[in-house]
Amino acid sequence: MKSDKNTLFQADQMKDAFLQSFIKLDPRILVRNPVMFTVEIGTVVMLIVTIFSFSNAGQGSWGYNFTIFLVLFLTVLFANFAEAIAEARGKAQAESLRKTRSETPARLLVDGKEQIIMSSLLKKGDVFICETNDTIPTDGEIIEGIATIDESAITGESAPVIRESGGDKSSVTGGTKVLSDKIKVQVTTQPGESFLDKMIALVEGASRQKTPNEIALTILLAGFTLIFVIVCITLKPFGDYANTPITIAAFISLFVCLIPTTIGGLLSAIGIAGMDRALRANVITKSGKAVETAGDLDVLLLDKTGTITIGNRKATNFYPANGVNEHDFIKACVLSSLADETPEGKSIVELAEQNKSMVVTKAPADSVFIKFTAETRSSGLDTPDGLRVRKGAFDSIRTMAINAGHAFPSEVEANVKTIASNGGTPLVVSQNEEILGVIELQDIIKPGIAERFERLRRMGVKTVMVTGDNPLTAKFIAEKAGVDDFIAEAKPEDKMNYIKVEQQQGKLVAMMGDGTNDAPALAQADVGVAMNSGTQAAKEAGNMVDLDNDPTKLIEIVEIGKQLLMTRGTLTTFSIANDVAKYFAIVPALFMVSIPALRSLNIMDLHSPQSAILSAVIFNAIIIPMLIPLALRGVEYKAIGASALLRRNLLIYGLGGVLIPFIGIKLIDLAVGVFL
Amino acid sequence: MNTEYIGIIFMYLATVALAIPLGKYIAKVFKGEHTWLDFMAPVERFIFKIAGIDPNREMNWKQHLKALLTINVIWLFYAFFCLLFQSHLPLNPDGNPNQSPDLAFNTALSFLTNTNLQDYSGESLATYFTQHFVFMFLHFVSAATGLAAMMVVFKAMKDKITDKLGNFWDFFLKSITRVLLPISFVVAIILAFNGTPTSYKGKVAVIGLQGDTVHVSRGPVAAMVAIKQVGSNGGGWFGVNSAHPLENPNYLTNIVENISIILIPIALVFALGYYLNKRKLALVIFGVMTIGFLAMLYPSVNAEVGGNPAIAHMGISQPGGSMEGKEVRFGAAASAYWGITTTVTSNGSVNSMHDSMMPVSGMAQMFDMMINAFYGGVGVGFLNFYIFIIIAVFISGLMVGRTPEFMGRKIEAREMKIASLIALLHPFVILVGTAIATYVLVHFAGAAWATKPSAWLNNPGFHGFSEMLYQYTSSAANNGSGYAGLTANNIFWNVSTGLVIFISRFLPIIGPVAIAGILANKKFVPESAGTLKTDTGTFGVMVLAVIVIVAALAFFPALTLGPIAEHFSIK
Repeated sequence: MKSDKNTLFQADQMKDAFLQSFIKLDPRILVRNPVMFTVEIGTVVMLIVTIFSFSNAGQGSWGYNFTIFLVLFLTVLFANFAEAIAEARGKAQAESLRKTRSETPARLLVDGKEQIIMSSLLKKGDVFICETNDTIPTDGEIIEGIATIDESAITGESAPVIRESGGDKSSVTGGTKVLSDKIKVQVTTQPGESFLDKMIALVEGASRQKTPNEIALTILLAGFTLIFVIVCITLKPFGDYANTPITIAAFISLFVCLIPTTIGGLLSAIGIAGMDRALRANVITKSGKAVETAGDLDVLLLDKTGTITIGNRKATNFYPANGVNEHDFIKACVLSSLADETPEGKSIVELAEQNKSMVVTKAPADSVFIKFTAETRSSGLDTPDGLRVRKGAFDSIRTMAINAGHAFPSEVEANVKTIASNGGTPLVVSQNEEILGVIELQDIIKPGIAERFERLRRMGVKTVMVTGDNPLTAKFIAEKAGVDDFIAEAKPEDKMNYIKVEQQQGKLVAMMGDGTNDAPALAQADVGVAMNSGTQAAKEAGNMVDLDNDPTKLIEIVEIGKQLLMTRGTLTTFSIANDVAKYFAIVPALFMVSIPALRSLNIMDLHSPQSAILSAVIFNAIIIPMLIPLALRGVEYKAIGASALLRRNLLIYGLGGVLIPFIGIKLIDLAVGVFL
Repeated sequence: MNTEYIGIIFMYLATVALAIPLGKYIAKVFKGEHTWLDFMAPVERFIFKIAGIDPNREMNWKQHLKALLTINVIWLFYAFFCLLFQSHLPLNPDGNPNQSPDLAFNTALSFLTNTNLQDYSGESLATYFTQHFVFMFLHFVSAATGLAAMMVVFKAMKDKITDKLGNFWDFFLKSITRVLLPISFVVAIILAFNGTPTSYKGKVAVIGLQGDTVHVSRGPVAAMVAIKQVGSNGGGWFGVNSAHPLENPNYLTNIVENISIILIPIALVFALGYYLNKRKLALVIFGVMTIGFLAMLYPSVNAEVGGNPAIAHMGISQPGGSMEGKEVRFGAAASAYWGITTTVTSNGSVNSMHDSMMPVSGMAQMFDMMINAFYGGVGVGFLNFYIFIIIAVFISGLMVGRTPEFMGRKIEAREMKIASLIALLHPFVILVGTAIATYVLVHFAGAAWATKPSAWLNNPGFHGFSEMLYQYTSSAANNGSGYAGLTANNIFWNVSTGLVIFISRFLPIIGPVAIAGILANKKFVPESAGTLKTDTGTFGVMVLAVIVIVAALAFFPALTLGPIAEHFSIK
């Protein structure tokens, strides 16, 4: 997916879009866009008038009528082209996706026997096998085995990832390739509903639905169109009263110029481009609505690890309790961590190695490893000779020690506090419920993250750090990184509760997650971004999937959402503001012959009534293709506060929208005047 | 000339100075706080008791509208039949006849809707009974209807997530007993002491200086004129309204009557600030309205004081400005000021003939009514402004990249549908009405009607077009003033403007109340740094731009053929 398509227009896409813009002339398709549909009707009327004016000059010369017809026809084509080019860009990406999937053979397991069938025939619940160099035929969950997988077809990342049965890394995506080992996979989706299928449908625009916001804007634009229908129709009797004959060409030109064709023509392109921009950021959105919602987010829930801090906490120091030999203490630390596969556990062993105090390398045989759970918040080892080594959170180990009748040494407690207040994580180690000392773990905050949070704050988005750390540590890191709030000692349900509380206050909440236990919270959040490396359950629950597994991606998503709305708003303003100049071009042109007094309204000093009308419709037509790049790229978002942003956009697109057509129409008139 | 300017500046400043405490007072009344008018409470309780109404029963927006529409329909029939049979009813000392059915239709609708487009002359086609118990009664209740509807919107903006929006009858009755009645009382007394008649006797015969006998109409005028000014009604006792020496005897009464026109409309903007505790928002709204008002006032006063260029071309000096159709006791500036205040507020009373004003003034007056929200009528002015706010919020919300929200509620498709429809309605009825009239005039000029279409207009050409455009604009804005040049008392005008009046009154009440009601029921979104604040100057500019562009774009061609063409042709 990651591609270097930095140019907006590519030759093959242009060709396709060019063809499409003619296909889209079909009124059955165009009727969905009321503004452009009325222009098409006007074009047809002008065609009839042109034919009629061959034999009758009552409606002006046929050349003039034909020119108007041509310009209107181009207006519709330009609008169609805008939509088509946006779609073509999406399609190009869908094509590259589809190539990865086409006709992959699947090794289906039926009653223990292998059978080769086409991937499209796989049903939910089927089990298939994949070995080295096999392409995974469809989405599924590994039920047996472990494998390295190349997911570059989906993510663009060339580094292989490890997938194994059980746990949070068990899901595989159709189209990816097994690099080593053998896995048994159960199909989790129905044919045609796999992740890849959904992605293709989305980027192609086949399943694109108008978002609520787009619908509301379409209604407003339809309202404006209707007002101008009334204005133009009533102008006929008004003209009759004033003894001013108005040609059909003039009526239709006035109408087409007044209705918001600029935004009407670009509206769907803007929507498609929004999803496309999300895709370029390597985020798959399940609907356009999700992108829009992202622009409105009030609260972001971010996991500390990997987002705010680099990777994992590392052990940095051993502090034995008074009276405990440092060597014994480190020995206990290593013992408790030998079977601990967590990064923290590994870092303890690493630190012990660095200190050259590696006293044990292997846990005694038949030792029982006690896993870390969110409830006990400690882990450790029981050796056959009756040694119980534990390391864990301060309060849980203390409770354990006190329950067993041991005191908690005050100097250890002081160490714990110092470590925590320095943003570190203290891990207290006990042996047979007796406190031996404390290990210091430290976090490293990502460079530049504080600036990003500051940027979010200026957008009005509150950031919340979610961490399993104790409140003191959490507070230190939160302050250092500049987040607004944190959830310390977070259990999975804490995220859910936090989201619910914020939502009850009417806020929109986004979160990122990957594990199955994140799924409920991902579903509850207004924008749930699942990591592509996450489980199938997490991906199903969220409404976006981040292919890069980059937790800071939420920030980009918010900006893409805002850009989408802003592009719509500014182009609407621009389109309507244009009408002022168009009025000053066309209205004097309509009346100045029969009512010479109205010459004073011809403030642009246009060449003649005919050139004035022509210039206005030509300006109206060419402004659409001129704005296509802006529609596709989106209006730049600046985090300068809502009022300042409104001021800025009002100046550029409002005032600019009033002034630019005065200049544009005058210039076109100068050119047109040469021919008339 | 300078004193003329001082006069109008004084009037405006005095109005604002009075409006601020009045706004605070109105907010208190509807918050249910104690005011010095609490002695009216027993009267209110008594009325609720005999009417069997529980004023504490909370209504949702639909129930509010149901109550509002039901009582208005009843008043419509009551008014229609009273006018139809007024000669048989008491208090008719001058022996005036019944109104014709089409005139009664137009008049009843016109007073019910706070429009008061008077196709009749009070002296000859109304009785003291109908003046009193139909017109004056409707003056009070129609203004109170507008106030009550506005209160529903205020209430909906105030509370978080609710469908309990207060009681319509409570709002309605308090509007009368606590606001309209006390102010009218004061105004009426000032008028009565300055020579406005207050008598039940019929016409009086007076022998003029030239020795001929003149029959001067009179009646209990002062009371009616007071509420006519205060409640943005505009339907006067006499045919020529406040240009009549008995309805508006001197410069002092002119000041009082003119202040009364915009006093409540301005006070309501401040009331919004006090009621919602959002004074900055109120100031922004007031600022936008004032800029719009002054932008219309300035050219109009300038044009009237400057005199008629057509007369100037003849070499005649006009030291008093353009005085055709104006009263010497008021002068050009005060007449122009009245003309603008009466059209911005949907009042419609006049102290000079708008038909005779300069095209620039005519255009300013029409533009006021086409927008109908710079201060606007009592209650309904804010409702119209509310629609513009919704549209402005929507567009500017998009411009800053956030789903648009107003007062913490998201504006979505359903609200935009209603707002677009209401915004569309005004140009629709005005342009289509005028189009039909011009069509009939051009193609059926000689139709064998009681009044031939060819006899409608006193003036041909652009001015004639303005007369028709003005009539429909005035009807649609529920203003009621007219270009006297139009012969309007005939079936075509009575019926068509009657329909326009009716549609343009109730839909623009239903729309904003519905939007506010729907929004009040939505999830409340607290403000964040990303929320577009609506109480800023930037947002004010946005609202002003939406107002001007929506109105200017829709009406520019029509205005071009009327006042603009006229202006350039006499320049």
